[in-house]
Amino acid sequence: MSETETSGTAISARGLVKSFGDVRALDGVDFEARRGTVLGVLGPNGAGKTTAVRVLTTLLKADSGEASVAGLDVVEDAPELRSQIGLAGQYAAVDENLTGIENLVMVGRLYGMRRSDARGRADELLERFGLSDAGERIVKTYSGGMRRRLDLAAALVAKPPVVFLDEPTTGLDPRSRLDLWETIESLVADGTTVLLTTQYLDEADRLADRIVVIDLGRVIAEGTSEELKERVGGIRVEVHLTDESSAPAAADALAPMSTEEPAVDGDRVSVRVESETGRIMEAARRLDGAGVDADDVAIRRPTLDDVFLTLTGRELSAEESGGEADREEVPA
Amino acid sequence: MSRFFHDTVVLAERNLVRLPRMPDLLIGFTIQPVMFVLLFAFVFGGAISTPGFDYVDFLIPGIIVQNTAFGGFVTALGLADDLTKGLIDRFRSLPTSRASVLAGRTAADIVTNTLSIAILVITGLIIGFSFGTGALDIIAGFALMILFGYAFSWIFALIGMSVSSPEAANGIGFTLIFPITFISSAFVPVDSMPAGLQWFAEINPITIVVDAMRALWLGVPAGNNVWGAVVWCLVLIAIFAPLAVHRYRRIAGG
Repeated sequence: MSETETSGTAISARGLVKSFGDVRALDGVDFEARRGTVLGVLGPNGAGKTTAVRVLTTLLKADSGEASVAGLDVVEDAPELRSQIGLAGQYAAVDENLTGIENLVMVGRLYGMRRSDARGRADELLERFGLSDAGERIVKTYSGGMRRRLDLAAALVAKPPVVFLDEPTTGLDPRSRLDLWETIESLVADGTTVLLTTQYLDEADRLADRIVVIDLGRVIAEGTSEELKERVGGIRVEVHLTDESSAPAAADALAPMSTEEPAVDGDRVSVRVESETGRIMEAARRLDGAGVDADDVAIRRPTLDDVFLTLTGRELSAEESGGEADREEVPA
Repeated sequence: MSRFFHDTVVLAERNLVRLPRMPDLLIGFTIQPVMFVLLFAFVFGGAISTPGFDYVDFLIPGIIVQNTAFGGFVTALGLADDLTKGLIDRFRSLPTSRASVLAGRTAADIVTNTLSIAILVITGLIIGFSFGTGALDIIAGFALMILFGYAFSWIFALIGMSVSSPEAANGIGFTLIFPITFISSAFVPVDSMPAGLQWFAEINPITIVVDAMRALWLGVPAGNNVWGAVVWCLVLIAIFAPLAVHRYRRIAGG
């Protein structure tokens, strides 16, 4: 790697391997995040996302491979590296018997800040995260979304140049998820480099500049959100026909909407489109013009399941995925 | 090194600030020991013969030793809880001295043990306990108890990091410490026990510590008990502190 490349790279993992007993949680993982960008690490439960984050944040030593964050080696320079990172996890690691302020002041002081400086920073972050009114309250009384925001605030106390967010929205209700997304977006606007792990394609899509998809401890795809969606067939308009026999007529009617042939699957016909806007209306008009009845016309956006089905040939249900144990049951 | 002390103070402070917010835990080292003192003094007191002593005088040093041995359970609970909740990961991801997480935990116990010992002594004084020695010996007795409690905090630290849940830490702690404190000179004269138990009670280090406390507070001839008790506490710390630190490094995956 040349000097110029190194200076633009905030996070780098090369050939990371980590086994727990017989299970290879990381099986030669490579990725990189450029300074000031968001790298989304997308994968199901047990894919190795958290293990990768633990290696990069010095919580865990890899069996082999190299990794660096902010130009510092995760093993050789671990103590110094820790002052350059912030970590927020899916388990919301805040002390629930302390108040919001006490949590942030404690973390600030452990970063080496003076008590008064830590207090000032705590007030600033609580304000920014909409927790000012709750600052004096014990965290036990917080909602799930508030805890996540406090956890995220704790990761930002020392204004670290690199922040790791391990499944920041898993288990949150849609409203809190949106709030947290907005917070993360404002973070990136400050020039912070973010590594975000997630099980949700829409989350990676919204927040990440680049995405690596990992499965069974390996990177199976990499690119921008657009490139990934391209690989799994992009956005499609899908029509559910009233009568299966009208499928050929429907396909003919929808064909002009795309440069690709419509796909027919029983009473479902779908066609690839470039953008979503106005496509449902257009499809409905065309079907109406051809005298074809449809029960449902909808836009289908690719999900992590589609990415998985395309890349690995197997179905994935993130919620039901048995994690590491999958490894034995699924042929590689 | 100054970093280590700074971080230890920050973390000890955290452990103390959160304590009053856990009333169930607070009862463990305030009301519960008082209850034990009252039960022993008034329920068993009349039936246990302690030649040469009022039972209350005999009991107070013994029950303080037992209570102090248990004092470290807050450490076991706290560490087990921090591990399950991910707080330990948070601390380890910070540029914090790594030993300070355990040191801050056990240092907080010194404060809670002191509180607990003070409550027991006051309770004792109210129900008729009286010191039979001078101020220096009394202070030495307090110091010995704090050292003793600190040694047990490291045992509990190891327990807290070796179990899967705070509840298990509690269970193991009690199962371990009840027998070793009861089969000692803490509550009854050792020569009143059956032969097998007597043998154990005599070699039981708890007996050495209890006898040292009686020497310091009641003026019973000490023999080598006081120094024996100090050495024993230091040996416990020398064994369990490194084991706990080692365990901390291992479970934390580093």
